[in-house]
Order: sequence, then structure tokens, then C-alpha cells
Amino acid sequence: MLKTRFGGVLFQAVAFVLAMSFVSLILVAVGASPLEAYKNMLTGSVGSMRKLAEVLVSFVPLLLVTAGLLLTFSAGLWNIGVEGQIVLGAIGTTWALRYFVDSTLPPALIIALSILAGMFAGALWAAFAGILKTFGGVNEIFGGLGLNFVSTALTLYLIFGPWKREGVASMSGTEPFPDIFSLPQLPDLRISPWALGIALVAIVVVYFILQGTYFGLRIKAVGKNFRAAYLLGIPTWQYSLYSFLICGALAGAAGALQVTAVYHRLIPSISSGYGYLGLMVAMLINYQAIWAVPVAFFFAALNIGSIQLPIVLKLDSSLSGVLQGVLVLFVLLMEGVRQKFVKKV
Amino acid sequence: MNVELKNIHKHFGKTHANRGINLTIPSGTIQGILGENGAGKSTLMKILSGFIQADPGSEVILDGKPVYMDSPASAIRYGVGMLHQDPLDFPPMRILDNFLLGLPSSFFPNRKEATQDFNLLAKEYGFSFDPENYVDSLTVGERQQLEIMRLLFLGARVFILDEPTTGISASQKEKLFATLKKFPEQGMTVIFVSHKLEDVENLCDRVAVLRGGELVGETKPPYNTSKLVEMMFGKVVTLGERQPAQTGDTVLSFQNVSLEDTRLKIKNISLDLRAGEVIGLAGLEGSGQGMFMRACAGLVRPVSGKVILKGRDLTGKSYHTFKREGVNFLPAARLEEGLVPGLSLTDHFVLAEEPKGIFIDRAAGQKLAEDRIKSFNIRGTPTSTVESLSGGNQQRAELALLQSPLSLILLEHPTRGLDIESVIYIWSKLKDRCRQDGAAIIFISSDLEEVLQYSDRLLVFFSGRVSEPIDAATTSVEQLGQLIGGKNWPEKGGAHA
Amino acid sequence: MNQETLLVGLAGVLAAAAPIIFAVMGETLSERAGVINLSMNGTILLTAMSGFAVAYSTDSLLLGFLAGMLIGALVALIVAFASITLKQSQVAVGFVLALTCRDLAYFLGNPFMGVAGPRLQAFPIPGLRDVPFLGPLFFRQELITYVSFLAIFLAWLWIYRTRPGLMLQGIGEKPAAAYIRGANVNLLRYVYTVIGGALIGLAGPAYSLGVRAGWMGTISGLDGIGWIALSITIFGGWNPARAAFGAYLFALLQWLGLVLQPVLTQVPSQVLQVAPFPLMILTLLLVNIGNAEWVERTLAAMPEGARKFFAKLLRTMRTSPPAALGVTFERD
Repeated sequence: MLKTRFGGVLFQAVAFVLAMSFVSLILVAVGASPLEAYKNMLTGSVGSMRKLAEVLVSFVPLLLVTAGLLLTFSAGLWNIGVEGQIVLGAIGTTWALRYFVDSTLPPALIIALSILAGMFAGALWAAFAGILKTFGGVNEIFGGLGLNFVSTALTLYLIFGPWKREGVASMSGTEPFPDIFSLPQLPDLRISPWALGIALVAIVVVYFILQGTYFGLRIKAVGKNFRAAYLLGIPTWQYSLYSFLICGALAGAAGALQVTAVYHRLIPSISSGYGYLGLMVAMLINYQAIWAVPVAFFFAALNIGSIQLPIVLKLDSSLSGVLQGVLVLFVLLMEGVRQKFVKKV
Repeated sequence: MNVELKNIHKHFGKTHANRGINLTIPSGTIQGILGENGAGKSTLMKILSGFIQADPGSEVILDGKPVYMDSPASAIRYGVGMLHQDPLDFPPMRILDNFLLGLPSSFFPNRKEATQDFNLLAKEYGFSFDPENYVDSLTVGERQQLEIMRLLFLGARVFILDEPTTGISASQKEKLFATLKKFPEQGMTVIFVSHKLEDVENLCDRVAVLRGGELVGETKPPYNTSKLVEMMFGKVVTLGERQPAQTGDTVLSFQNVSLEDTRLKIKNISLDLRAGEVIGLAGLEGSGQGMFMRACAGLVRPVSGKVILKGRDLTGKSYHTFKREGVNFLPAARLEEGLVPGLSLTDHFVLAEEPKGIFIDRAAGQKLAEDRIKSFNIRGTPTSTVESLSGGNQQRAELALLQSPLSLILLEHPTRGLDIESVIYIWSKLKDRCRQDGAAIIFISSDLEEVLQYSDRLLVFFSGRVSEPIDAATTSVEQLGQLIGGKNWPEKGGAHA
Repeated sequence: MNQETLLVGLAGVLAAAAPIIFAVMGETLSERAGVINLSMNGTILLTAMSGFAVAYSTDSLLLGFLAGMLIGALVALIVAFASITLKQSQVAVGFVLALTCRDLAYFLGNPFMGVAGPRLQAFPIPGLRDVPFLGPLFFRQELITYVSFLAIFLAWLWIYRTRPGLMLQGIGEKPAAAYIRGANVNLLRYVYTVIGGALIGLAGPAYSLGVRAGWMGTISGLDGIGWIALSITIFGGWNPARAAFGAYLFALLQWLGLVLQPVLTQVPSQVLQVAPFPLMILTLLLVNIGNAEWVERTLAAMPEGARKFFAKLLRTMRTSPPAALGVTFERD
């Protein structure tokens, strides 16, 4: 047992080295110094408190989405629609804030209600994908992708249509909300401890759901063998839908926090690809909740670290995406090699 | 063609599936290969047909020449063709395309010419097909004929047939046997693999018996059935005395129930099942017994009629309602439908219990698993995943998952693929549960002896027709076999079983 | 709108569909063999960028297209290796590649952003170009559009009318049966996945050197096309002719969205642009709903006449994938 676990780590280490070498080769090919690039990404992410706070700002939605996806993956579902669920979360929250903006309710309550509205909207969007899957036979990958496009269009429509800024509508988004509708932030830093807290609570809850509850065990049974789970007496399609709903709610919370803690308005690319990135994190950690925090943090650090690449090294910031993707790819490939290896021995 | 197998060995990991088998089959004979499940028949035939390769040192000699066959395609080039138990054809394709696929032809196959060839060949062997029809509209028996035609066209001189009489009707079996009996005159060799004594005795010129990967004997007609059985099992098998049922109140009652799916209709079944009773369902695969059993489980809704369980009308209710009322269904495909691969035994036992609160009590689950593993004699630990267990232990695990209290147990092929020891153990456990809970059992089996041995009454299914309940104690294997094959049915019987 | 502008518009639809045709034909071949190449969205972006970059650097359109095909084939080779040899999830590997190739395209394409490069010119076919109606519609296209017509025909011919095509159907349907008929299943799966990938790799340059010439990075408007092409493959039921119909339908809808924009001023433009996506979901719903369990149950409860009618309706709409799609093949 120890031997196989050690072997697993060894193969992952090899995957990591291969991925880094591959990306280094690409960097050399475009005439950049890999060392310079990595150094820049490191200082750009954890080089100062300010940067670290930025990493945490990116870490919060990524962790929330990953937490939700762990449930849908456990239920055997590829919830690619998670990207749209983030967007709907942001739309729901913006809608609620606009609705309450002139009310006399205490701002804290308004923020809480708006976040709940976002979670509700995200869950609703996930329910669409779930219903298409369970009652329409439409694979959740395609239903989800279609809904992602629709959600993007909906955002654009709202920003340029009914919710447009005074004067001229623009890609910069809707009119920002007054400061009292923002989640409180740490002094001089952009990170809100509330947002961080919500994300950490979410992953802990998901961990316990999957590890120690009847609900989690049933979800896993549905994911591993839908037919047998049904015959064992589990209401299978309900559990599929539950996993969609919870994932959607968590993705919605990610979108809600993007509005209340980061942008303070609705912008066209509010989901920033966190949904797709969350899918990669979940794959990289092999669907084990325990690894979600460090890996999501690492991915967030790559995202933030690459922001200054264009200015300093004239490299496109999509390098972080390349690095993340290549890493997941090599880990998947090495896992295949490991399985072949184990089989042979 | 003369076939000689010399010192055939085959290992799968630690399993030694063939242990030095030597067998010579002269040209122009029909050779039977007998053996129970796991005796090594399939492995040997897969080696002879090129599907897998034997260990080094083994030899296959055709007409005196040693040959090495690395694939079924190379085997057919040497003239060895195999008809698989589940025909390896392409159900969604047209019959002609299915026939053409893999045949040598020009780059753009000439469909007109191929149709002529096909029709000619079909006529020669007395088969009739519409080449433009689709394969999935054919019965298993017809699909076998199609495969035989294809192998003939490819020039097969040795025909291997793996359990070909499973799932085909009596008349198709007669036709198949008539076709096969013509082959020796043309110098072809037929190897007929089966565990059905009757078929082997009827067809084969000689019989070889395998047991535990070894060739344990060869005989020629006239066959001595009890000796063949002894060779197959290594001992004289007795299943114990039949025990008459102690029946109680009515558990399940079908009132004029009609069932329907895309292929089959069953009309007006009426049946009363009493506590403690065991009913066996016999019939060729796909004759309606599966649909009937799923209707008993609430998985298939009747088109008309009523299903009453212990006095409650459950017509049209869901499977989960049936389950709550004490109906448990154990499907044949254990790892596909019965258990969840990847989850441990403990996980399974916890899942089968009613949830107590939100959090799982790990210690209690562990204890539960240990108890069940002990009382059901499962070879495994609480953390063993179900796919790591052997078939017999998976079946025991399924029995251990039966809920309590029970009113009706539904079993599909409860002992298929299990050794005799497991079979006896599983039936004794089932009968115990029946007595304890006052439950009834309905089971499907293709093993006629098992049906007669363990049921009190039985229903025979033949393409959607259902017989009157038959008393198992006064029925012989022969009578049952004929009913299954569609013979000796009352003129309009079965309408009010 | 007079007849002439209508014809020009429709000819534009045929041209705009060309890249999607390549992608859908490539995916159809790959999935027919049993391998889902989910990387398509990234492959199209990466090949669009690299096709343009190569054509720009070498001043050869041909080399640009060849580069696209080569890279498409390489990405497909990774999918094939991971799924066939290493037996990993095709969906997982394909999805990761879809994202990675996209980011790689943006990263490597940075120096080529917005530069003016070579592009295909219209290549009217002498004689045929002047045939009334058909001429302006079909025969005043760019060369790559003619190739797309040819691709549909050849893919159809290959699958349904040739000996290797029959075997291709076989390995996707029941690999074991294809194996006993002499197929080297895994080798063929490699071959078709790579050829399919090369076809998908044509889609990128068909955009960047043709329909939407140039490379504009994230605002190229190509992100998402690959996912659409995947849905069209399903809609097409793995039949090149039906898939081509889906691709043209999609291009037509997008064109209508543009044309109708000035007419339907009260409908915001964003809604019209996105109209194909809900329609795509709807069509997927229509072709899949017959597989859902509750439909079967509802049908069973209907009176006989209605049941027969609906069952027939659902069967005509339904497409079913190759039975062994995504299933690995092992001999024993």
C-alpha cells in the first residue's frame, strides 16, 4: 500500500518535471528565458502581501467552483456548464443589488440576500443542464456548453440593454454599486476575509459530505454505477439533480462574490474562465477534496503571476493557461503509464 | 481437416487455464467438448481460433503441419473458423454489409455481385434471408446461420461452435444440427463446445471432457450419461432431497396482467404466489420471463391488469415503492446492475440500510460488514471493493444485501457461473430467508435441473406465451425441455396461466 | 433584398460553413472509429493561429494549410495515445487539450496579432461560374470551399461505399467482431483519429486564411466554434451528409441573425447572435429524447395508435452513436 502510494507520488513528480520542461521548451522556442519567466511569475504572485492578496482574490472563486465540481464529478457528471453557472450567479446578485439599492434595509442584509440570490440563480442554471440530462437525454457536456454561450449573451444583453450605464453602454460593465454594498476588505488589500471564509467553509463542507455522510455515499454510488444504485433503492435522478443544484449554488456563490467582493458591478467576462479552470483543478487532484486547497491556490498563483508577463517580458499572459493545461495533461498521461506499469508488475 | 492439439498450456496471470491438453480430432468428425463453467473449454477454443495465443511450447497442428495463428484472421486463413456464443456481428447494419465486412473484395464492393453470391450460398444451405434487411431484426439462431455462411464463404474447414444452442429455439436447433451433420461428408471438422449433455450426445461422433483445465477423458457412442457427468464434475453430483413447500398466505397476486415492450407481448397473466413458495421461470432467453420478473419488481409497468402485494394494490407504482414493501430484485449482471464497483463491502451494507441521521457511523458500518461477511461466508474484508471478489462471493454479497423484512425475492440466474458448492450454499441461504420472513421466491434460470430441483411450481415462457403453473415435482427434464422449445403446448393454452 | 444579393448571401453561407464542414467530417471519422476527439475547440484555434503564422512567414498559403493539418493530427495523436494506449478517459484528455491548445494559440500567436497576411482569393470556375443561379451560388467560391464540398462527398463515399469504410463502421460498432474479421482495431483507431485530427486541423486555416482572414487573438471570434462542431456531429448522427446539413443550417442561422438585425431593431443584436445556441440545445434534445427512460414509460401508457405514432416520430429523429464510442478494446 505504502509502495503504491509512494509510486503514485513518484509518477506525479515525473509528470510535473515533464510539464515544466515542455513549457520551458516552448519559452525557449519563442526566444524567452524560462527562468526569467518563472521568476517573474513567482514574484508576481507571492512576492508581496499585495500580490498574495490578489492571488487569494483569484483563489476564492476557483476553490468554490472546484468544491462544487467535486460533487458533480462524484455523481459521474461532467458539469461543463459550471462556467455559465458562475455567470448566472453574478447576474442574480447584480439583479438583487439593483433591486435593493434604494431600500432601507441594512446593507449587510442586502449583501447576504444578494449572495443568496446569486446562489439561487446558479443552482437554477445548473438545474437546466440537469433536467436536460435526466429528462431529455442531452449529455450534460453539450447542454452545459450551450447554456454557457447563452449566459454570456445574456450578460452582454443586460449590460448593453436594460442595465446599461447612464449615457453610453460599454464593455466596462454596469454602473458600479456604492461602497456600502461591498463585502468588507482587509485594509489596503483587495481581499475580503468574508469571501475567503465562504470559500474555505464550502470546501470543508464538501469534504465532509463526500467522506462521512449518507448523502455523499449515495452520490458516489450514483456516479459509479447508476443502474445498480437505482436497484439498491437510491432515488438516482434526484441525486444527480441534487449534485447539479449544489454545484450550481457554489458556482453561483463564486459569481456573487465576483460582484460583491471584486468588481462591484456586472462585467462581460465576469466568470473569467474559473469554471473551466475548476474542472482542471478537480481533474488534477483526481477528485480528492483534500488536495483542493493547495492546488487551487497554486493555479490562482499562476494566474496572477502571469499578469505582469506582457509588461516585463513581452509574453502573453495566457502562459499560465498553457502551464496549467500541460500540467494536467502530463499528470493524466503519467497516470496511464502508472496503471500500465502496475498491471505489468 | 485433421486437427491436433499438443501440450496446450495457457496462463492468465496466476490462473492456469489449460494444463497440457493433448487432443487429436480426425478430419470429418463432429467432436464434442464437454465441461462445466471454468473447465477451460473457452480458453482452448480461443487458442485454436487464434483469438488468444497459448504459452510457448504448445502446438497446434493442422493436417500434419504445425501452424502459428496470431489472430482470428490468420486462423481463418488456415481454415479455422469460430462461431461465438454471442454472435460477433453488427446489429445495426444491413445483412449484406454485415456479410461483406471483412470479406476480400474490391475497394468499392460490388453490391449486386455480392447479393448474388450471398443468395446462392444461402440457398445451398437452405437458409433464407433478405440481404437488405437489418441484422438486429434477426433471432439469435438466424444470426448464427449468417455467421456460418460467412465462415463457409471464407473457406473454413474447421468449425468451432461455442455453446451454440443457448438462446435459440428447438426448431432452430434442429436446423443447426442438420446443417452441421452435413459438414463431415465434405471433409470438414466440427468442434462443438457445450455443457449440455443432451446436445452433445445427439450430435457428436466423439466427446472429450475437460475439468480444471485438463483433459480428463474421451468417449465414443453409445454414451453413458452418468459417466459423462462424473467426468465433468469429478464426483457423482446429488443435489439433495426436494423439500415440499410449507406455504402460507398469498404474497403476490397478478390479476389479468398484460405486459408489452417493443419486441414482445404477454397477455393476461393471473397468478397467486404464497409465502414460502418458490416459483421457477423457464424459457429460452428473451421469451418474456425477464419482462415478467421486472413486472414483479415494479420495473416494468403493466399495460393492463392488477399487481397486488400482500393485499396492497401496487399496480403502476415505482420499483422503489415495491422495494419499500419488501420486494428485492437481484439481477443477473452482478457488477453491471447489482453492485457498485469501486465501493467497498462496508459501503454497500451502509447504503442498503435506512440512513440514520446525516453522518455515517463508521464503526457501526464496519461492525455490520464484519457480521455479514461472517454470516454469509464471504471471502473478503470490509474494505474489499466488490469487483475484487470472485463471482461466488459477489453473489453472497448480494444475498447479504437483501433487506429485512422481505416479502418477495426475485432472482435472475442466481447461480450462473458458480461452482456447485456455492450453488448449494446460496440455495440453502435463500430457503432460510424464505422461512424466516415468510417470503416467496421467483427465479429465472436456464439450467433446467436447477429449475426442477428448487422450485415448487414453475412457469414456462415461450415467445410471450406463459404456461399454467406446473408442479415441479412431477415434471421431468425432458418434458420441460420440450415446453421450452415450444412443443406440447395446449392449443390455446397459456392465456390464463 | 433582390435575387442577386440573396444569392451572394447564400454563397457566403456556403463559404462560412466550410471550416465547420472540415471539423465535423474529421470528428465524424474519429467517432465512427470509436474515439471522441473533444479537443476540437482548442485545435481549431491553434491551427488557425499556426496556419496563419506559417503562411505569413513563408508567404505560402499551401504551407499554412499543411501546418494546420499537421498540428491537428498531432493533437489527435495525443488523444489517441492517451485513450487507446494508456486507457485514460477520452473526455478528460480531450477537454484538457481543448483548453491548453486554446491558450497555446493565444500565447504563441501574440507576435502575429492583427498583422496583415496572405489570404485566399475567390477562384471562380471558368464556364460554370456563369451558369444562372448555380454559378454565383456554388462556383465563385474560394478554393477551400470547393474542397469542403469534396470532403463531404468523400467522407460519405468512404464510410458507406468502400471496403475499408465498412470496416470503419465495424470497429466503432463492435470492435471484437471487427477484430475476428481481420481488423487491427487499435491501429485503425489511431489512423482514423489522426486523419480526423488532420481534417479538424484544416478548419483553423480555413478561417485564418479564408473566411475570417488574419489572427486577432482572443477577439478572433473563433472560440466556441469547436464546441458547436461537436454538437453538429451528434446532430448529424455520424452520417457525413446529415452532418453537412447541420453545418449549413448553422451557418444559415448565423447569417440570418446578421441580415435580420437591421429589420428587427427591437430585438437586441446579442440575442440574434446567440440564437443558434438554444436551437442547438433544442435539436440535441429532439435527437436524444427518445433515449430517455420516462419517454419509454409514457409511451407504454399511451393508447396503441398514439404510441405507434410517437414511437415512429422519435425513431426518425433519434440518432444513436457508434455502440463502442469511447470504449477501449482489448483482445481478452
